[in-house]
Amino acid sequence: MSRSEAPAEIESKPGATKPDPILKVSGLVRQFGGLKAVDVEHLEIERNKITALIGPNGAGKTTFFNLITGFDQPNAGEWTYNGHPMKALGPHQMAKQGMVRTFQLTKSLSKLTVIENMKLGAANQVGESLGKALLPFTWKKQEAEIERRADALLDRFNMSHMRSEFAASLSGGQRKLLEMARALMAEPEIVMLDEPMAGVNPALTQELLGHVKELREEGRTIVFVEHDMDVVRDISDWVVVMAQGQIIAEGTHAEIGANQEVIDAYLGRHHDEEMSSDKAQESGTESFSQSEPDENSGLEKESNDE
Amino acid sequence: MDILDIIGSALKAGLRPETAYISLAAIGLNIHFGYTGLLNFGQAGFMAVGAYGLAIPVFAFEASLWVGLACGITASVIFALLLGYPTLRLRADYLAIVTIAAAEIFRFIVRATGLREITGGSNGINGFSSGFYEANPYTSSVGFELGFLDFNYTAREAWVMTVGWGIVLTGIAFTYFAINSPWGRVLKSVREDEDAVRSLGKNAYSFKMQSLVIGGVFGAIGGMILALAQGSVQPSPVDLGPTRTFLAYAALIIGGTGKLWGPVAGSFIFISLLSFTDTFIRSAQAEGWIDESFIAPNEVGIARFVILGIALMLLMTFRPQGIFGSKREMALDV
Ligand SMILES: Nc1ncnc2c1ncn2[C@@H]1O[C@H](COP(=O)(O)OP(=O)(O)O)[C@@H](O)[C@H]1O
Ligand SMILES: [Mg+2]
Repeated sequence: MSRSEAPAEIESKPGATKPDPILKVSGLVRQFGGLKAVDVEHLEIERNKITALIGPNGAGKTTFFNLITGFDQPNAGEWTYNGHPMKALGPHQMAKQGMVRTFQLTKSLSKLTVIENMKLGAANQVGESLGKALLPFTWKKQEAEIERRADALLDRFNMSHMRSEFAASLSGGQRKLLEMARALMAEPEIVMLDEPMAGVNPALTQELLGHVKELREEGRTIVFVEHDMDVVRDISDWVVVMAQGQIIAEGTHAEIGANQEVIDAYLGRHHDEEMSSDKAQESGTESFSQSEPDENSGLEKESNDE
Repeated sequence: MDILDIIGSALKAGLRPETAYISLAAIGLNIHFGYTGLLNFGQAGFMAVGAYGLAIPVFAFEASLWVGLACGITASVIFALLLGYPTLRLRADYLAIVTIAAAEIFRFIVRATGLREITGGSNGINGFSSGFYEANPYTSSVGFELGFLDFNYTAREAWVMTVGWGIVLTGIAFTYFAINSPWGRVLKSVREDEDAVRSLGKNAYSFKMQSLVIGGVFGAIGGMILALAQGSVQPSPVDLGPTRTFLAYAALIIGGTGKLWGPVAGSFIFISLLSFTDTFIRSAQAEGWIDESFIAPNEVGIARFVILGIALMLLMTFRPQGIFGSKREMALDV
C-alpha cells in the first residue's frame, strides 16, 4: 500500500486501467445545450488511493462529480462501483452503498447545530423510521454511540468549540470542514471531495491533509478536486487532469507536471510567448512549470514520510 | 362597557372547539412547513377530505361513526399520496400550486348536484353526528371560574372541546417525540437542504412524503372535529376553503413556525383576538364611541379582520419569528 507502488504498475495515459479499480467510468457524456461539459471516454479510480482531480475552472470536474454521485443525469455512459452498475440509482442509494460526496458550494444545514449536522451523517439509524422514532428506547443507545463518534470527529477537525452553534454561524472554511466531517460520519468507502480546502486557513489545511491521509490508512478511497498544486503534490497518489470535459492526462504528480498538454490546458495555447508567473497566478492555479524545480524536494518529502 | 367582561369572553372563545380544530390544522402545517419546509396551501382540502370522509359513510351508507373516522383518515392519506407523488420530486412551489388547486377541486366536486345523494351537494351534509353526541358524558352545561373570569360552556360544546383538545394534546405529544428523534432531524435537514440529505444516503423524497401524509392526517382530523362541532359539513370557502387555510397559516405564524406550541398558542391568540375585536367594536358602538357611519353593525365582522390584518402586519414587523420563535434563529435566514 506504499505510495511508490502504484506508479510502477499503472501506465500514465488517459483511461489507464488499474489493478483494483473501485470505480470504472466509460463513455460518460453530459451536454448543456451545445456545450459538452463532461466527455469522459474511460476512467478508473484505484481503490484505497488518493486521487486528485485537477483542471482549469469550467473543466467539468463538479459536473463529473454530480454525474457519478447521481445528482445529475448523463446523456450517455455507464459507470460501475465495486463492479455494480450505478446509472439507475438515485443519489441517496449510491451514498448508502458507500459513495459519499461533498459539495463545492457547501450545503450546511443552517438551522441545525454543528453536532446535529454531524449526527445526521450517520448511516442506518434506527430512529429514522417513524415507527421507531416514537419509541426513544429503541434508538437512544445508538444515538449516544453516534454522538460519541461525532464528537470524536469534531475534535479531530478542531471544531469541538463550535459544537452547539448553529451551522449558519460558521465561516466558509468551517463549513467546508463540517461538511467533510459530516460525510465521514457516514463511514464511506469512497469519499469524493469537491474543493475541500477552499477557504480553509493554511494551518488547518495542513492538518486536514493529515486527516485525508489517515482516511487512506483506514482503507478508504479518496477522490478530491483541488486547485492548490502544493496540496495535490503533498497527498495525492495519482492525478487525473480534466480540461473541457475530457480527461487529458493521468499520472503521478511528477509525470503530470512534465506533461505538455497539461501545461497547455492550464496556461492557454500561447503560454510559450508569455509565461510569466503573474499570468499563471491569474489563471487561478499555480503554474506547473513553476513547481517543476520543486519536484525533487517534493519527492524527498515523500521519502521522508516513509 | 366592561373591559374585563370583553377580555373574559375573548378568552372563553379562545377555548372553544374552533380553536381546537384550527390548532390541529396548524399542527399539521407546522409539520409540513415549520419542520420540513413543504408549502401546503391546501390544508383546508385535507380538512374537507377528513370531514366528508367522516360524514359520507354515515349519511349515505348508514355506517357507524367509527367507520367514518377510518374512512376520513384513509382518504386523507390517499389525498396526500396523490398530491405528493407528482410534486415532491420537483421544486417546492409545485406542491404549493397543486395543493391549493386540489383543495378547491375537491370542494367543487362535493358541491356537484349529481353527487347530492352522497355528498349533499351545495347543502352539505347534516345529521351524521348524532352518534357522537349520544356518547356525550356531560348532561348539563360545564363551567369553572378563574379569578374574575367565568368560563361556561354548553354540554354539547364541552364534549367537542374535551375530544378536540384531547386530540390537540396528543398531536403536540406526537410532534414532540417525532421531531426530537432522528426522524425529525432528517425532516429539519430536508427543510434546510435536500441535497445534503441525499448525499448522506437518506431518501429525501420518502421523508417529504411521510411529512405530507402526517401533516395531512392532522388536517383531516381537524376537519372531523369541525364537522362534529358544527354538526354539518358545508362546502363553503369559509368553512373548508381558502379562508380556512389562511386562518391556520395565520395561527401558525403568530405562534411561531417550527415551534412545538406555536400552532396552539397562535390559534388561541388569533381566535381570542377575533372575539375581542368583535365584542369591543360592538360595545364601543353601543357606548357611542364609534359612529355607525364609520363602521355599520353589519360591517363589524369585516372590520375585525381588517384590524387583525393590521395586527398581523405589526407582528411580522416587530416580531417576525412569532410568539414562540427565537430571534436568533430568525436572523440566520439572511
Ligand atoms: N447546470 C448547468 N447548466 C449549464 N451549464 C452548466 C451547468 N453546470 C455546469 N455547466 C457548465 O459546464 C462546464 C463545467 O462546469 P463545472 O463542472 O462546474 O466545472 P469545474 O467544476 O471543473 O470548474 C462549465 O462550462 C459550466 O458553465
Ligand atoms: Mg467545480
